[in-house]
Amino acid sequence: MPDDDATPEAEPEAASADGDAEATVASAATTLDPEATELLARLEAQLGDAVIEHGAAYGDVVVRVRPDAWLRTARVCRDDLGCDYLSFVSAIDWMPAPLLVDEGSGDTSTPAQPRETTYGTAGSDGRYQVFAIVESTQGARRRMVLKTDVDEQDLRAESWVSVYPGADWHERETWEMFGIEFDGHPALRHLYLPFEFEGHPLRKDYPLLAREVKPWPGLVDVEPMPGEDAGEEATPAVEAP
Amino acid sequence: MTTGTELPPPGQLPEVHVDPSMLRQLAESQVNVELDTGDMILNLGPQHPATHGTLRLVVRLDGERVIAADPVIGYMHRGYEKLTEFRTYPQITTLINRIDWLSSFANEVPFISGAEMLMGIEAPPRAQYIRTALTELSRIATFLLFLGEMGLQVGAITPAFYGFRDREYVLNLIEGVTGGRFHPNFNRIGGLKDDLPWGWYSECRSTMAKVLASCDEFENLVVGNPIFEQRTRSIGIIPAELGAAYGVSGSNIRASGVDWDLRRDGKPYLPYNELDWKVWTHPDGDSFARYWVRLQETRESARMVLQLLQQMPAGPVMAKVPRIIKVPEGEVWVNTENPLGEMGYYIVSKGATGPFRVKIRSASFSNVSILPWMLRGVYVPDIITILASLYFILGDIDR
Repeated sequence: MPDDDATPEAEPEAASADGDAEATVASAATTLDPEATELLARLEAQLGDAVIEHGAAYGDVVVRVRPDAWLRTARVCRDDLGCDYLSFVSAIDWMPAPLLVDEGSGDTSTPAQPRETTYGTAGSDGRYQVFAIVESTQGARRRMVLKTDVDEQDLRAESWVSVYPGADWHERETWEMFGIEFDGHPALRHLYLPFEFEGHPLRKDYPLLAREVKPWPGLVDVEPMPGEDAGEEATPAVEAP
Repeated sequence: MTTGTELPPPGQLPEVHVDPSMLRQLAESQVNVELDTGDMILNLGPQHPATHGTLRLVVRLDGERVIAADPVIGYMHRGYEKLTEFRTYPQITTLINRIDWLSSFANEVPFISGAEMLMGIEAPPRAQYIRTALTELSRIATFLLFLGEMGLQVGAITPAFYGFRDREYVLNLIEGVTGGRFHPNFNRIGGLKDDLPWGWYSECRSTMAKVLASCDEFENLVVGNPIFEQRTRSIGIIPAELGAAYGVSGSNIRASGVDWDLRRDGKPYLPYNELDWKVWTHPDGDSFARYWVRLQETRESARMVLQLLQQMPAGPVMAKVPRIIKVPEGEVWVNTENPLGEMGYYIVSKGATGPFRVKIRSASFSNVSILPWMLRGVYVPDIITILASLYFILGDIDR
């Protein structure tokens, strides 16, 4: 049976490879390109204390700004920094993913995410965060990842449609997927989902229904290999009814 | 007449009561026709051949002119961003193959490079070169279909046959390496599944010669055709600044005169800087310019593939990778120049075997979002040429 996942001899090999890799990863992750450093300095000069925190993600600068300066950030990016191109606007839910399978059950079909809440590069104030990427079509490699916090009690953010018209569809998608309202958006209506749809599918507490009603095949449908003893511990689900 | 029921004898005919005012109305409507000048709402799609899938356009018409257009998408939404949260990294390449199904190989590359960056693994040079070659081959296959299809949309059926025929040669090459014509699923974290098969170089060289020849053919047959020019010149113009603010990317924005190509200007992801090539732009920004730019880019890609074959380094195609792929905590944004435009993945990892969140930025989504602006004031037949010249894939819009 080609069981790649839990072979004991793989562990030490993986650990030694990790040791080398981690040092290089750490340095690559935290260094900024010269272009990004310059962009960050110019953004901070314009926004002042509206910039809460900044970090680096493999050469790109990640900037977290205050929610009330979100629209102003877009304007500064377009008018002063020359980032004329909007890549996307989206959101992220930092709540730890619900556990689908018990740990140690041997079911590796769904990756088990850590149980504690961490907030990624440049941090966050709460569970929800809106983030966007702007780029420049004029200069090489000029781009920024921008993030802003969203109040958990009152999910709203400023809309970018007045600055980047392309934000229209992205914000509609974020609204239906996360339930975050965008102030100043002309018409927040459903984009992908049918109009009577209830719930916000990309929130972490929204279940993946397909996985809830039928477990991932592979564990349930396992049949014993020829010559293998069909013990209870090997195939528990087959004998259930 | 011998068949049917026999008529009842005279005097026993059933009486039918007809309202005389209705008869008068009927007669007047035939004679005294008054033209209705109100707007008409036309539903285009979701099954129209020009939409490459299921895009629906609700257009409000005044006569032959479009007053407003509203694209309705989501008929093919498969929720890939949610599904990635329930998969391990190697499983996800199967999903993202199906985003833009014409150039599946090019879809895999940014995701895999993102995961490699987070893990600190670098694919060996030979793997990088093969990746570049296959990415360019999928670009050629995608564009050849476009070059034929666009002719079809303006009423010329011959280029469509040429396009499909030549694309088949290129798909055979991709199939020879990966085993899959549409969904190769060939990239692995740290390299590729396999090396190139025997005899592939010579096969590839002869196919590239065919592609270059057929590009000349398209240039003579379509670009020089006066009917084609009339249908596409000055139609569907995208101004450069507006296009950028809408997120229009790839050949569409280069056809508006923006000299911006992520293969040259983005974060380096494949050895493009070791090749001799140029970025094509066209100042006009109309449907014709988009056709012309894609035609030149097809040629450029064929030349790039020939160079890649010449410079291909020897060595392994797979780096040393731990058996259990656990990606360290971090965030990375990788965007690449796909055939349809900028394709990017924002990967957030929390140190597990699968990602915590993946934001998929697909090119067609933003390219199509400019349609309500573009279609205002155009004539109905031009809608079709504009849709064809923007060149989108529904899987790339709906994800």
